[in-house]
Amino acid sequence: MTYNLVCGLETHVELSTKTKIFCSCPTAFGSDPNTNVCPKCLGEPGSLPLVNMATFIYAIKAGLALNCKINQEVSFDRKNYTYPDLPKAYQTTQFIQPICTNGYIKLNSGKKIRINRIHLEEDAGKLIHSGGNTYIDCNRGAVPLIEIVTEPDISSIEEAREYLEKLQLNLRHVQVSDCKMEEGSMRCDVNLSVNRPGEPLGVRSEIKNMNSLSFMEKAIAYEYERHVTAIKNNEPLVQETRRFNEADGSTSAMRDKEDANDYRYFKDPDSPYIIIDDIFIEDIAKTMPMLPEKIKNNYLEMGLSEQDADLIIKYKKVSDYFSSALVTGDPKILSTYMLGEIFRSIETESQKEDFNILVPYAELAELSNLQKEGKINAQMAKKTLAEMLKSGKSWKEYISKSDMEGIDEGTLIAMCKTAITENPMAVADFKAGKDKALKALIGAVMRQSRGKANAVQAEQTILDLIK
Amino acid sequence: MSSILHLSNLLARKEISSVELTKKYLSAINNINPSINAYISVTEEMALLQAQKADDMRKQLKGDAPLLLGIPMALKDNLAVRGFQTTCCSKTLENFKSTYTATAVQKLFNNGAILLGKTNMDEFAMGSYSNTGIFGATFNPYDTAKSAGGSSGGSAAAVSSKIAPYTLGTDTGGSARQPASFCGVVGYKPTYGTVSRYGAVALASSFDQISPIASTVKDCAIVYDTIKGFDINDMTTIKQNYAPCLDKINGNVKGVKIGIATKMFENCSKDVVDSVYRAIETYRGLGAEIVDITIPTIELALPIYYIIGCAEISSNFGRYDGIRYGYKTNKSYKDIDDMISKTRSEAFGDDVKRRIMLGIYFLSKNNFNEYYLKAIQLRNELTSDFENVFKQCDLIISPTTPTTALAFDFNPDNVVDKYKADICVVIANVCGLPAISLPCGTDSNGLPVGMQLIGPKNSDSRVLNTAFAFENTANLKLNPTLGGVTYDI
Repeated sequence: MTYNLVCGLETHVELSTKTKIFCSCPTAFGSDPNTNVCPKCLGEPGSLPLVNMATFIYAIKAGLALNCKINQEVSFDRKNYTYPDLPKAYQTTQFIQPICTNGYIKLNSGKKIRINRIHLEEDAGKLIHSGGNTYIDCNRGAVPLIEIVTEPDISSIEEAREYLEKLQLNLRHVQVSDCKMEEGSMRCDVNLSVNRPGEPLGVRSEIKNMNSLSFMEKAIAYEYERHVTAIKNNEPLVQETRRFNEADGSTSAMRDKEDANDYRYFKDPDSPYIIIDDIFIEDIAKTMPMLPEKIKNNYLEMGLSEQDADLIIKYKKVSDYFSSALVTGDPKILSTYMLGEIFRSIETESQKEDFNILVPYAELAELSNLQKEGKINAQMAKKTLAEMLKSGKSWKEYISKSDMEGIDEGTLIAMCKTAITENPMAVADFKAGKDKALKALIGAVMRQSRGKANAVQAEQTILDLIK
Repeated sequence: MSSILHLSNLLARKEISSVELTKKYLSAINNINPSINAYISVTEEMALLQAQKADDMRKQLKGDAPLLLGIPMALKDNLAVRGFQTTCCSKTLENFKSTYTATAVQKLFNNGAILLGKTNMDEFAMGSYSNTGIFGATFNPYDTAKSAGGSSGGSAAAVSSKIAPYTLGTDTGGSARQPASFCGVVGYKPTYGTVSRYGAVALASSFDQISPIASTVKDCAIVYDTIKGFDINDMTTIKQNYAPCLDKINGNVKGVKIGIATKMFENCSKDVVDSVYRAIETYRGLGAEIVDITIPTIELALPIYYIIGCAEISSNFGRYDGIRYGYKTNKSYKDIDDMISKTRSEAFGDDVKRRIMLGIYFLSKNNFNEYYLKAIQLRNELTSDFENVFKQCDLIISPTTPTTALAFDFNPDNVVDKYKADICVVIANVCGLPAISLPCGTDSNGLPVGMQLIGPKNSDSRVLNTAFAFENTANLKLNPTLGGVTYDI
């Protein structure tokens, strides 16, 4: 008996605008508590919101990247609830007229995960529990968020991961958000139900606030098993909101109170209807960078493997750098540089995201051309690049003119003769049938030529001389 | 006389300095305020400092000084002034100090206004008698056994008893016009969106409007001209050209069509009806045309006002939870919810609680469509009904309130009847229209009667000019029992 997983994701993404959504406080992460606040984001009596129009530009970029319709009339609503991290006791959000609707993300299989809506809203503050007390830090309050809500189109854990990765990729490429789950700038809620094929949809549960991809996967896996077991055993399931327990990967029901909220949504009387005209959207569309899917196709056409292309486009800055180097350099050689020496020099995810390397893309392109033209071999290119990454100096500092001149046949023969004379044991071993000994001789030639000799030619010459 | 225009002339002619003027008002407050309780705080130090600055500035100024330069005023205690208490006369905010200044107040300061103090009001501006606040009731300067009206009772009584040349009140459902009517002064609620609400503690956001209260129509125009305009801090303010209204006030109402809806005279006392009809005759005499109008949906204004108003209140008041500022319960509590619940139960008065609970009821899932959404639809209908009426007439005239100043009504069973008295005034708030209340006579006990003029959106200068035409012609001499500063010419 099989059981269908029916799953939708609601993803909160913090926009990278410099200031908050309803005031001009900075959005900087990591400031001292309650320093990025003002009467507006603290909800001081008499204060009113001031919409930051940059958040609209960001949300529209996200919408365009995710194939959404951008709505012409947009308004804000109040979601009323009382919680210490919410100074106004309502969250200003877009419940009735969201900014974007009807989009999708296409998975590698070709399946589309439909996006129901993207809406703008404000984040809440943060509660810090310490020494039996609870402290409130309102720095994060009114930081702009978009919430991206899918239709229940996801039917496996793999699809959920791919969707979320593609979402992250697109939003990073259009520079709407850094989507750092570990810093909380991307958080995800899972809606899930399970049913037998051909039967009506099962009871839905919602799991709140996963802050890593693997937590999301674990939560879906746990929740799927829980539903399947209940269905098998004919146990009733209730529609509820659950939390994910990071310690053991399980989920558990939230208190009734947290779940039974009636948010009493109504249009925020302090903010007007905002009309978005076509020209505004067109102007934003003009500034949109190339989307990752298109970039990937370009890479594939240039001969990169799918795997290599995926690794490069994963990071916006890496991909920008690579694309720039491609203009004059050789695609395949450049990709070996990127995935070899360069990625070895920046190991962590966040280093890759920040991508601060000392080698200008033009230098990298030149190096690839030297290798392509046979002026240097792969070995030398690799060594040179490693030095360049450390020092930030040009390849010209490491490769001399004579290095690029190659070795004529006479010199090669002379070098091979020297290698044979200086390594009588190896010659003897080879003659005794130890093929491996030949490698030692070739190595000796390479050392003499400082890597410039062609290994294949050297092997042939040595064989000729020994015989 | 103690109108802004008159005082401004005296100051310009150097017959008096701002410091002297301010001191006169401060001493008048000392003498008169204990009898009427219009002020809840006096900012003497600030006032004298500002007055000195105003005098200095006048010396340096070349050309005309702003009309408000060096003239004292008072603010309703729901308007924020940086570093000063904004209590809203509630236990909730008893010790609360604002960290910023309201836009309208800042504009007054920029024009050299001097703050005498903050005035009494109903708790959070909910009420009609200025008697629900923690500082006690405000008494009517004409008869201290009577109420000054509310919720801006302190602001109206201060002007009426001449212990402030002018004040700012707020008007959410008549809260500036009704007390102005009770106290025989002029209360002006401008078109919604022409005066920034930034810094006015929100009651019902889509109705709230900061409103000048003064002794003459022209004074209201001067204050309105100073505080109006688009404000980046209030997204509901209108972007448009704001020409000064004062320039357009000439008292000419020839050919102006004034509409009368008999429904608005129902349930009014005979004295009130007679006074307003005499005013109508005055207008006829000035060449205005009087037309009968009907607005069949007019009675819906009250339920619309209470449903939407309470809904907005319930949301606006969630922030008073005792966590970041304001009153916090002294009792022990078991968790945060218990703390919030005790804090709010102890700090809010009955009227505040009543409206919050009603608002939560109207907005809750099961009632939303039947109440809130329906009220919003009806509000749109009523607004367009008024737009149509204003095709037949330029303004509507009515009594401001059904009666003159009332004795304090402490009977809580009578809430609905109490609310009903607001029918004529709430229309302007529900539809966002400009409306003015000005004295048009007295009743048999010598208490002032107020009449109201309502105009279509953005007809503020027409409303003010029409009001001025009557004021100028009738030249009423009203004499409150209590009086402070006057300067005879």
